[in-house]
Amino acid sequence: MAPRARLTPALPHPSTPGSQRTALPVSTHQHRLRGEDLTLAYDSRTITRDLGIEIPDGSFTVIIGPNACGKSTLLRALARMLKPRSGSVYLDGERIQSLPSKEVARRLGLLPQTASAPDGITVADLVARGRFPHQKLLRQWSRDDERAVDAAMAATHVDQLADRTVDELSGGQRQRVWIAMALAQETPILLLDEPTTYLDIAHQIEVLDLCAQLHEEQQRTLVAVLHDLNHACRYATHLVALKEGRLMAQGAPADVVTAGLIEEVFGLPCVVIDDPETGTPLVVPRARARRDATDALSV
Amino acid sequence: MSAGFATGPAAQASVPVPRTAAAARRGGTLRAGRGRRGLSVRVEGRGLAVCAGLLAALVAVAALSLATGDYPLSVPDVLRTLVGRGEPADEFIVVGLRLPRVVTALLVGLALGMAGAVFQLVTRNPLGSPDVIGFTSGAVTGALVVLLVLGGGSTATALGALSGGALTAALVYLLAARGGVQGYRLILVGIGLSAVLQAANEYLLTRARLEEAQAAQVWILGSLNGRGWEQALPLGAGLAVLVPVALLAGRSLTMLDLGDDAARALGVDVDRTRLLVLAVAVAMTALAAVAAGPIAFVALAAPQVARRLTGAVGAGLVAAGLTGALLLLVSDFAAQRVFAPTQLPVGVMTGAVGGLYMAYLLLTQWRRGRG
Repeated sequence: MAPRARLTPALPHPSTPGSQRTALPVSTHQHRLRGEDLTLAYDSRTITRDLGIEIPDGSFTVIIGPNACGKSTLLRALARMLKPRSGSVYLDGERIQSLPSKEVARRLGLLPQTASAPDGITVADLVARGRFPHQKLLRQWSRDDERAVDAAMAATHVDQLADRTVDELSGGQRQRVWIAMALAQETPILLLDEPTTYLDIAHQIEVLDLCAQLHEEQQRTLVAVLHDLNHACRYATHLVALKEGRLMAQGAPADVVTAGLIEEVFGLPCVVIDDPETGTPLVVPRARARRDATDALSV
Repeated sequence: MSAGFATGPAAQASVPVPRTAAAARRGGTLRAGRGRRGLSVRVEGRGLAVCAGLLAALVAVAALSLATGDYPLSVPDVLRTLVGRGEPADEFIVVGLRLPRVVTALLVGLALGMAGAVFQLVTRNPLGSPDVIGFTSGAVTGALVVLLVLGGGSTATALGALSGGALTAALVYLLAARGGVQGYRLILVGIGLSAVLQAANEYLLTRARLEEAQAAQVWILGSLNGRGWEQALPLGAGLAVLVPVALLAGRSLTMLDLGDDAARALGVDVDRTRLLVLAVAVAMTALAAVAAGPIAFVALAAPQVARRLTGAVGAGLVAAGLTGALLLLVSDFAAQRVFAPTQLPVGVMTGAVGGLYMAYLLLTQWRRGRG
């Protein structure tokens, strides 16, 4: 696990190419990434209907919800991977579908669940792929590219692995390399689809610590789908709870996470106590023997 | 304006930090101009060396092919003839007969090698090739229908092959494209349709007269016997358009091997790239089939051989094309010489040469525990 206190070379603040063009009056300030009336569907299966969502600028937003509630679908729609059946996703006030792919990729990055490293690719080469949206036919590898790749590898502590092939890395190392690739993209907004899946607990914390660090030190807006509620409560500055494609609650974890909400969203009887380490909500499922008991613990 | 070609230590010297990870990467960057507007092209050292080696081998085998035959010439004689200072008889043999065949072999091999590399990247499967998308079976069906049912000549046969192949490829693409094209769906639909078409091909052959069936069989194997400028020139003109398009799409194509979502997240227009490169690859295969029939194995083996030679990850279209050209040229040379005076169809030889080499590669890779 990477020590948290280790000094990281500061990446320059990610550029915000659309910010001048969309200078909005303060009174009607809208966040850079939002979805309006989103109806998302695969073929005939409708996942969400008329969902509205705003990702607060500069937040570490975490989306939670039971399996198949539409978390990943929503994330894919926000990243322009999935075209909404109706409604629109807006990036900097413009419909995301109307923007060129490379333009979107310079403002918004996504680490998908299904990414697979090509056979035999080295860590440095994979991270360098993140520079694609900044490159042109005759400008394939500028000094900016080199600087961004070096900074991304340093921030994720994979610089020592630069010449290793991705196949030979551990799961945690590999996930850090993928995050490095997304960082090298230098987008002010970064979406992560279940970045901790298949990792053991230490590697999960390592990846989440890294995300928190990127959020704090580089002021990037992060949006992650997470399964573990306690991780979500601990790391999120903004929590979004989904159930069957509907928005059940959103806000700071301390404000929205209650036993009632968790029972409503997940159907799981639980108590919510303070995390002894951070003071954030800690969800403790009720013991099987006590689940049916009517004398509920006071929460 | 400064221009520099930096590799290894030189690349490090140009960067203020003593050893950055990116500077330690293999290869170098060709730069001209300054700052954001400057030109910079990535160059891989080993890839460049391999391509140079392949080119040298191509020139050597081509010279040897031009010199040998029923009327042997020395290599210096061949070179003198090529620059226009040879005997008139030599000129007829070299420029009129042997050169168009060599050029056709080179171009067909180049087209098949590049097309194979595209198919393998799009399907993300090392066994991807134009055969997989049903192109070859469809081309054979088209040719057989013209040869055996309509009784057309060689031009009509070529056109029949072209339409049969293109129709099949389009059908496979459309059937696989429902709900997004994925590599394995292309392969499965292609295999299914190929099986149906092969049954149709067998049926057409069994109902043909013996000599017709024999002529058809030679076409099916693929042959360069008797190919002249009338085959080489249209092929060259077609490739002059298709190869630059493929190379321009190469960088986006390379990104596809990250998976569709990851490629999209990096700003690649995945569907458009895939459709474009598949169309280019099918067109290349079609041109090759028109010139020489559906030659087996080059499209499958050349990209694999090239990948192992260069050690590069990505499209590697140039190396795959050069490898395909060399493979076909060597095969054609062997097909003419090994059982001389009997000339085998080159398709028999590509199967043997390519197959042996690939088996050797796979075995040595397995022994090293990777493959």
